[in-house]
Amino acid sequence: MPNMLLKVRNLRCGYGSLEVVRGVSLHVCAGEIVGLLGANGAGKSSLLKSLAGLVVPWGGEIHVNGRPTRGLPAWHGVSNSMVLVPEGRQVFAEMTVRENLLIGGYHNKDRRMDLEIVVDRFPRLRERINQLAGTLSGGEQQMLALGRALMTRPKLLMLDEPSMGLAPLMVKEVFSEILKMKELGVTMLLVEQNAVATLGIADRAYVMETGEIIMEGEARDLMSNPEVRRAYLGKGYKEVWE
Amino acid sequence: MGSGDLILQYLLSGITKGSIYAIVAIGFNLIFSATGVLNFAQGEFVMLGGMIAVTLSFYVPLPVAITGAVILVALIGCLLEVLFFRRLRRHSIMHMVIITIGLSIVIQEIALHLWDEKVRSLPYFTGKEISSVAVFGATISPQVLWVLGTVAVVFVLLHAFLRYSLQGRAMRACSSNPEAAMLSGINIANLRTLSFGLSAGIGALAGCVISPITMTQYEMGGPLAIKGFAAAILGGLGNPMGAVAGGLLVGVLEAFSVSKLPAAYNDVTAFAVLLLVLFVRPQGLFGSPTGDGVREF
Repeated sequence: MPNMLLKVRNLRCGYGSLEVVRGVSLHVCAGEIVGLLGANGAGKSSLLKSLAGLVVPWGGEIHVNGRPTRGLPAWHGVSNSMVLVPEGRQVFAEMTVRENLLIGGYHNKDRRMDLEIVVDRFPRLRERINQLAGTLSGGEQQMLALGRALMTRPKLLMLDEPSMGLAPLMVKEVFSEILKMKELGVTMLLVEQNAVATLGIADRAYVMETGEIIMEGEARDLMSNPEVRRAYLGKGYKEVWE
Repeated sequence: MGSGDLILQYLLSGITKGSIYAIVAIGFNLIFSATGVLNFAQGEFVMLGGMIAVTLSFYVPLPVAITGAVILVALIGCLLEVLFFRRLRRHSIMHMVIITIGLSIVIQEIALHLWDEKVRSLPYFTGKEISSVAVFGATISPQVLWVLGTVAVVFVLLHAFLRYSLQGRAMRACSSNPEAAMLSGINIANLRTLSFGLSAGIGALAGCVISPITMTQYEMGGPLAIKGFAAAILGGLGNPMGAVAGGLLVGVLEAFSVSKLPAAYNDVTAFAVLLLVLFVRPQGLFGSPTGDGVREF
């Protein structure tokens, strides 16, 4: 295998007595965009949370950059060059855009320099640099969440439903940003319900159902897989994407 | 002395007391924002600050004694967080609040054993007990100016810390969204400890500056915690500006009620304010209706 940035083996986690992730194994190689598809409640978000350390896994192994990270608190993620952009954007609403970005660079000595780079990437953020994050539109908040994540200088970026609740035009913009970040050499694990858009930009993808991986493969192959098309892409998927 | 002067006198004494309530309220807010805990041992930090400074002042000059007391109490605050709250994260906020009440009782008992029940005080920082300054026709002790000045400086410094320093911003991030703060690499467990230390240190400083005026005794912390709590609720929990306004308001109301009501009703004002706010406007004067921690009770 080429340089494996994230390796997960037989990961299990849940809440109370309910097992939500039931023995998931997957990997993400450096430079890839890997999609993780599945319906609501399939366990995708819980899987990401346990990878990031927000949820303590019940069992299994997580290796980031070859280092075991299972059971480490979430704040260790950044020093392992891994960052999660959580579902629902989760910006610091009562703080300004600038402060949000600087918090992203909490461990980054060049945070002021990187802030310039990030606002160059997202001109909308530069315009609103002194505005409170809570006053931004949904799309702008998503850009801010991405920008804040970039401030940690991640090698592995995990995105939880970045298109959720966004207007179609904004969804397109977010996905084009994700593609641009790939060119920067950022590796991504992308959790999405929007299967069409995800398979459009991903190299590989996993399909999750009731806590297990039921299918995996090249994005291209999954796109033409009749079962995936029926379950996740809907009928007129071609028109939606093109 | 005319009635106008008398009113001014009450006002000034209310503002003095109120500024101490304000500082206790600020301490409440700091810990509440970072941890979600209402720390009813907050008044004990004030008491410990005064007591330790009095003891130290027998051996070292006053400024050193005060600095030492502040640092020591800040360390005690950190220690309490590590010992009693860090491992209890999974329990409910209510459990932790009850623990703070227990801690308050234990600290009082320890203070009673260490220092006995005698009332002590630090010497006046400048001048003597009898020296006075005239302010708009009212006479006040210079120590009052020390109290007001200290509260103002603490407020400005704390504000600057939270707004412009990396750790201060991290504390705000932590109270705004702990999960996102963790994901940005912030060790929120350590920040919670820091919030206890900071809050304890600020409380101790307040305990030192009021000691010459109100005296220091082992059981002074309880009422202070209640009044500071009333001030924090009145101003809106988590709102530092509100804490100051709430503190001053409680202090002034108290001073005027003392002028009208028998002295035995002294402590009633704060409780009356507290109940009124909780019934009528639980988010406080400046709090937002959504970011309101009182509803949990």
